[in-house]
Amino acid sequence: MRLATHPPMPFDYSLLLVGKYHDMLVAGFLLSLQLLAASLMLALPIALVVALLRLAPSAPLRWLGFAYVESIRNIPLLAHMLFWYFGAPELLPEDIKQRLYAGRIEAMSAIVALGLYTAAYMAEDIRSGIRAIPAVQMEAGRALGFGFLATMRRIILPQALRVTIPPLISQTLNLWKGTSIATVIGVAELMYQAGQVESATFRSAESFAFATAAYLTVSMIITGAASWYQHRFPPRAA
Amino acid sequence: MIELVQTYWVYFLIGQYPKGPLGGLALTVLLAALGLVLALPFGLLLGMARVSPWRWLRWPVTTVAFVVRGTPLLMVVFWAYFFLPSVTGVKTDQFTTMLIALVVFDGIYIGEIVRAGILGVPRGQVESARSLGLGYGRAMRFVVLPQALRSMLPSLVNQFVSTIKETSLGYIIGLAEVSFIASQINTQVFTKPVQVYLVLGLTYFVMCFGLSRFAYWLEARTSRRTLVRSAPKAPA
Amino acid sequence: MIQFENVNKWYGDYQALVDVNETIAKGEVVVVCGPSGSGKSTLIRTINRLEPIRSGRITVDGQDIHARGIDLNDFRSHIGFVFQQFNLFPHLTALGNCTLAPIQLRGLKRAEAEERAMALLDRVGLAHKASAFPSELSGGQQQRVAIARALAMQPPLMLFDEPTSALDPEMVGEVLLVMRDLTREGMTMVVVTHEMGFARDVADRVLFMDAGRVLERAAPDDFFNRPQHPRAQQFLADIRTPFAHAV
Repeated sequence: MRLATHPPMPFDYSLLLVGKYHDMLVAGFLLSLQLLAASLMLALPIALVVALLRLAPSAPLRWLGFAYVESIRNIPLLAHMLFWYFGAPELLPEDIKQRLYAGRIEAMSAIVALGLYTAAYMAEDIRSGIRAIPAVQMEAGRALGFGFLATMRRIILPQALRVTIPPLISQTLNLWKGTSIATVIGVAELMYQAGQVESATFRSAESFAFATAAYLTVSMIITGAASWYQHRFPPRAA
Repeated sequence: MIELVQTYWVYFLIGQYPKGPLGGLALTVLLAALGLVLALPFGLLLGMARVSPWRWLRWPVTTVAFVVRGTPLLMVVFWAYFFLPSVTGVKTDQFTTMLIALVVFDGIYIGEIVRAGILGVPRGQVESARSLGLGYGRAMRFVVLPQALRSMLPSLVNQFVSTIKETSLGYIIGLAEVSFIASQINTQVFTKPVQVYLVLGLTYFVMCFGLSRFAYWLEARTSRRTLVRSAPKAPA
Repeated sequence: MIQFENVNKWYGDYQALVDVNETIAKGEVVVVCGPSGSGKSTLIRTINRLEPIRSGRITVDGQDIHARGIDLNDFRSHIGFVFQQFNLFPHLTALGNCTLAPIQLRGLKRAEAEERAMALLDRVGLAHKASAFPSELSGGQQQRVAIARALAMQPPLMLFDEPTSALDPEMVGEVLLVMRDLTREGMTMVVVTHEMGFARDVADRVLFMDAGRVLERAAPDDFFNRPQHPRAQQFLADIRTPFAHAV
């Protein structure tokens, strides 16, 4: 990281709109979006499983869920990324490791880190959503003869969905912002590219303005989705 | 693993000090604590601005808060890193840069906590304060804020946990906080990355888990001691 | 002392007060009663401008309370308001609740303010609870502290918005007793209440409201024994024999 020790230059818009550097920034932006999508797809099912673990009738299962959430949430995302990139591959058998290193291991480590991290937060949101459903619903399901999981699937979760969506959208926003940390393990996403453009051209204002605008645009879309959802599906009184 | 810890524990804890600047875990804790302490007054002002009755104050602050919350912290760090020197005229070191980024970023989030706390004080409190003749400022100072701050305590402790985690971003600008030191150790040792990063994770875990349990205890304590015996609401 | 002239108040499309014209003289004790939603709380809250009005005029001691240059805080500090929900400040002791405004607004020294507050707490029978926090007090005790708090500013006018409606029955009496003592000292009081016994014993005048209008105004004896307006008659009948309709 070098400091910008140059005399002030006028803002060069052309940099942002056409040319090699523009392409680099756009490529970074697209990769950031891909990280977002892939991590989200990984996080949601894991979050659901962990939430159900935390609510399971069996104590060891509950403890497992608790251990997952607490151990992930109390460690910064950056440390997770470092672990999954530098540490975890060493644990794999040699041939898989070689194949990974030949491929896009940086991105995969980032996706694993982001996915597991976000899942821990989403699991708590899903758990809160489920707990918002009166306990009698579970009793009613069990009384009808459904097991724990079946009651969850048919009765509880469909109702919990409405309450859970806004916090999940909020976590997606955090996930989007978290993709920027993948730069530390060399993933060529938006933040990384902004740094690269800055190094090459010394035009820190332009490259960071582009990156900031790109992050803000997607953030606003996500926040807008949350507002729309709450407007369209306001929380129903039981 | 044991020899790893034995060889490097001092470096891990305090970096190169005293032969160099403070680093490692000590730097992480110092940065987080200082960041939170400075962000608190800033956040208090922002939160009050967000609930103030004056539109000329509320709207700009709300907009700035919205922008900052939609931006990754790393972006704020980069802005600080690249533009502070030109603004202040002095070459700012990584610690100061990171500190300022944290104060701005966390100040905004603390502002949200303060806002929620203020809005959580029952309306009747404000009405009775105003009925006595206390103006907006005095009502805020003597009636609303004392109650709001009390309810905000668990959230503020959780914010401190977040701040500790946020210090890890100093790694990217070369600040020798604990994640950076861990990577330095990893480079030296080279053959034990899993152990090194597990120790790093464990260190954060112990700090953050301990604090979040404390926040949990605080929340349980304040909800047990109900501040006001609530009067049942009868129709007017 | 208080004058309502053509006062109308709306909440959006809903009209809460309709053409209210009343005068309340100094030293009078006026009870406002009526069914739920009749506008009685709204009426009393307009007096210290907790509810502002845009149509009509309200004057207190000759001053139009919606005039442009008015110092609202100063105006309010000369009116005591007692809420249905007590609204004591939970982070202050009973004494602290009573000394806050005198110290901040009248510039009293702490010792003076505490002396005055202790005298008032003694008057409402709670001197021994001066250092208790509201969470340690019963509802009736809290309301009595709230009255002391309002009196600490030595207001010439006291407003009570259903002061006993939120209390358990056995505590209503202790609060009404304090209020009755106040009337004997010549305090101007406007009281919104359902406590008809209090109204009969203590009020100079009763105002009956329904659907935002003042439908009847009379001395308590006349009102309770010979109500004129059909709605008032029905109201009193409902109170006396609550199950008359349920046949």
